[in-house]
Amino acid sequence: MSEQAHATTGTYLRVAAILVMITLIEVGIFYVPTFQTVLVPVLLFLSAVKFTLVVMFYMHLKFDNRFFAFLFGGPLLLGVVVVVSLLFIFYGALRLRTGS
Amino acid sequence: MTPAHTQEAHRTSMGLDSRKMAFWAFIGSECLLFGSLISTYLVYKGRSLTGPFPHEILNIPFTSFSTFDLLMSSLAMVLALAAVQRGDMKQGKLWLLVTALLGLVFLGGQFWEFSHFVHEGLGLTTNLFGSTFYVLTGTHGAHVTVGVIWLLTLWVQALRGKLGPANAMTVEITGLYWHFVDVVWIVIFTVVYLIQ
Amino acid sequence: MKSWLTTTDHKRIGLLYFWTAFAFFLIGGLEALIIRAQLARPDGGLGVSAETFNQLFTMHGTTMVFLALMPLSAAFFNFIIPLQIGARDVAFPRLNAFSYWAFLLGGLFLNASFIAGPLFGADRLSVAPDAGWFGYANLTSRQFSPGPNVDFWLLGLQILGIASLAAGFNFIVTILNMRAPGMRMLRLPPFTWMTLITQFLVITAFPVITVALVLLMFDRFFGTHFFVPQGGGDPILWQHLFWMFGHPEVYILILPAMGIISEVLPTFSQKPLFGYTVVVYSGVVIAFLGWSVWSHHMFSTGLGPIADSVFAGTTMLIAIPTGVKIFNWIGTLWGGQIRFTTSLLFAVGFIAMFIIGGLSGVSHAAAPSDLQQTDTYYVVAHLHYVLFGGTILGLFAGMYYWWPKMTGRMLSESLGKVHFWLTMIGMNLAFFPMHFSGLLGMPRRIYTYSSDLGVAGFNLASTIGAFLIGLATLVFFWNLLRTRWQPITAPSNPWGGATLEWAIPSPPPVYNFTVIPTVESRMPLWHTERHAPMPALPERPPAPIHVPGGSWWPMITATGLPILAIAAISRTLPLVFVGAAVLIVGIYRWAYEPFEM
Repeated sequence: MSEQAHATTGTYLRVAAILVMITLIEVGIFYVPTFQTVLVPVLLFLSAVKFTLVVMFYMHLKFDNRFFAFLFGGPLLLGVVVVVSLLFIFYGALRLRTGS
Repeated sequence: MTPAHTQEAHRTSMGLDSRKMAFWAFIGSECLLFGSLISTYLVYKGRSLTGPFPHEILNIPFTSFSTFDLLMSSLAMVLALAAVQRGDMKQGKLWLLVTALLGLVFLGGQFWEFSHFVHEGLGLTTNLFGSTFYVLTGTHGAHVTVGVIWLLTLWVQALRGKLGPANAMTVEITGLYWHFVDVVWIVIFTVVYLIQ
Repeated sequence: MKSWLTTTDHKRIGLLYFWTAFAFFLIGGLEALIIRAQLARPDGGLGVSAETFNQLFTMHGTTMVFLALMPLSAAFFNFIIPLQIGARDVAFPRLNAFSYWAFLLGGLFLNASFIAGPLFGADRLSVAPDAGWFGYANLTSRQFSPGPNVDFWLLGLQILGIASLAAGFNFIVTILNMRAPGMRMLRLPPFTWMTLITQFLVITAFPVITVALVLLMFDRFFGTHFFVPQGGGDPILWQHLFWMFGHPEVYILILPAMGIISEVLPTFSQKPLFGYTVVVYSGVVIAFLGWSVWSHHMFSTGLGPIADSVFAGTTMLIAIPTGVKIFNWIGTLWGGQIRFTTSLLFAVGFIAMFIIGGLSGVSHAAAPSDLQQTDTYYVVAHLHYVLFGGTILGLFAGMYYWWPKMTGRMLSESLGKVHFWLTMIGMNLAFFPMHFSGLLGMPRRIYTYSSDLGVAGFNLASTIGAFLIGLATLVFFWNLLRTRWQPITAPSNPWGGATLEWAIPSPPPVYNFTVIPTVESRMPLWHTERHAPMPALPERPPAPIHVPGGSWWPMITATGLPILAIAAISRTLPLVFVGAAVLIVGIYRWAYEPFEM
């Protein structure tokens, strides 16, 4: 099959090390008061990095057929858009009601 | 990859394994399932009428350990798959078992966490936080449970000598499921635990 | 008998889907007739109580959407898709059987609610679902619906959802991965394309309703407050989750019918489908936009001006790809050598009726006018023009078109024309006056109305029309039944169709194709500018063809689902273990049984 070029054990270990490090950073900044203002975007970004690393390397999407990326990425994107728009509707509607 | 599975596999029109394709579609579908649950959690965030509230009860150090445990199980899973693919069933068996055991540790942790919360006064029906929290993390826990059973099944098959490189696709699909459960946890850990 | 219970043959499963769904279609139709008889005169013509009326319209909607229209489409997916793409079966034959059994059992579970009253210490006809087919919170909360009515609804839909999801994965893989050599994506017949798009909607939309139903289940069984305002919950969230599923669902209902008429019109006009690629891409755009419009069902909840404008805009955008398709169908007919068969009549009827339904849809899209129309009979008129005038007419076109292929017997054309004209007159008489009764202020879902409302004449017309539809359906049913006593005489290509299903005998042999054909054009059986028709396939297979045997496990596994549902509704813990055990044993035996593809 075409998806021959799998990552090596070394790559897997390096990815695991990065994942653990990011998790440590996440928990670290959670406790540092100076980061409180930018906590949400930073945490979301770090979480997205971890998500991407697992999907790309452990689930092999980086090396595998791009169609699989579509089968996964399409609904994922849809899910994200739906979550975000639902939040907009709910929090937006709340603000309008209190404003009037 | 191994010339495994059914003889139909290499006659498919896209040259891709049918089971794997179905499974990726399934994972895509699961994105919407967890997306809806996470939406519900976020929409109801901060709308609980009574406590306990998230910041009073969530235990970050403990959950960080659970997160670490699940990340390590993903590592064990890729090692298991790599071993099965190169025909090293000794290693394959070992890593399958390690993955399953790390999954069990996670489930044990979740069981402890849930009973601790109930003890602290946060039941399923106490407030919206309790309801959304238990349903979201519980659905994830149910997925982990299925994954552990699946992994143990493969491990037993391997012990009986019925799992070899010819079944690498089965292991790969199990792995896809397992890693997906892991990435869902990555999101839950951030959205539920860290962003309070 | 055993061979039908264990079958994994897509053709047999297709026939099972057809007859089961048709039976549910008759039940749903009967419910509609009782509703219409009750509304024939002001103040209740039939003396149906409000409680019974609630159950009738809830079960009418639920049955038609989930037990009739979707599975009738599924009958064609099953029977026709593998033939159109040149495959011997679907990608996962046993999963396909599982889908059918889960659908059948889910449907039986839902309908069992009509007679289950005595088990719950109530009368017959009192515990069927009664909160409307979209089950708005908080009509569904324990406080306002203490009986098992809503439990039947949510557990039944959960089972049906599993069936649809399994079929969704199966058909996506089948269409993408089981195509004959040379059957490139843009050579796929339009029906296959629309099915593929539909299945993507299924696998993305159904998880959302699954979650909504799980939350409702927790509210009702375990006392959470997801949709209960006293506990801080928001009933509006149910509406969002339901319609995030519900709007893609209406495209799940209409796209297959659009695919069917895109097959029927070219065949009976002797012309290729006008603008094939545009039809395909319009289908993709419709599905994509179908995900972005859910809140237009909720304008009256007060979303605020921004959300109203956005959802009104996206909704109106859908008119563009839909309009494009309509012009393509008309363009296909234009200048063709048209043969007015029953199938073609239904397809043309689809275009005309769907335009009417589409236009009233645009009038709902405008948020200000929608506020006048919401929850009136105007909406009922709209949805029946698109789902009856659209989906059902399209499905009838498909039935006349493919019945010879499915059974080897031709349906009577003269009875068919009686069926068609009765249906057309009946549906317009039934549904067109509803526009007026709605705009005059008649709310939907009321079991009586006063003569002062001034809608008695319109309602009487609707009732007469509904009974004409009933009569037409009986004519059609007779037409179906009488073919069973006829000899198998249908030729392999009775209509001169262009696609692969017409290259093999009617009904097809169990292995479908003696030799898997190699496809060189979009219309392999037609003589086109660049391509000669595909050479005829050999009459006998040159080499023995392995056909997978049957399996008990899909059916047994599916049985676990209603057992779990019965456990929940009767609150019997031991049954939970029985159901789970059946599921687990079924899955393991299924996974490890030798089943060579």
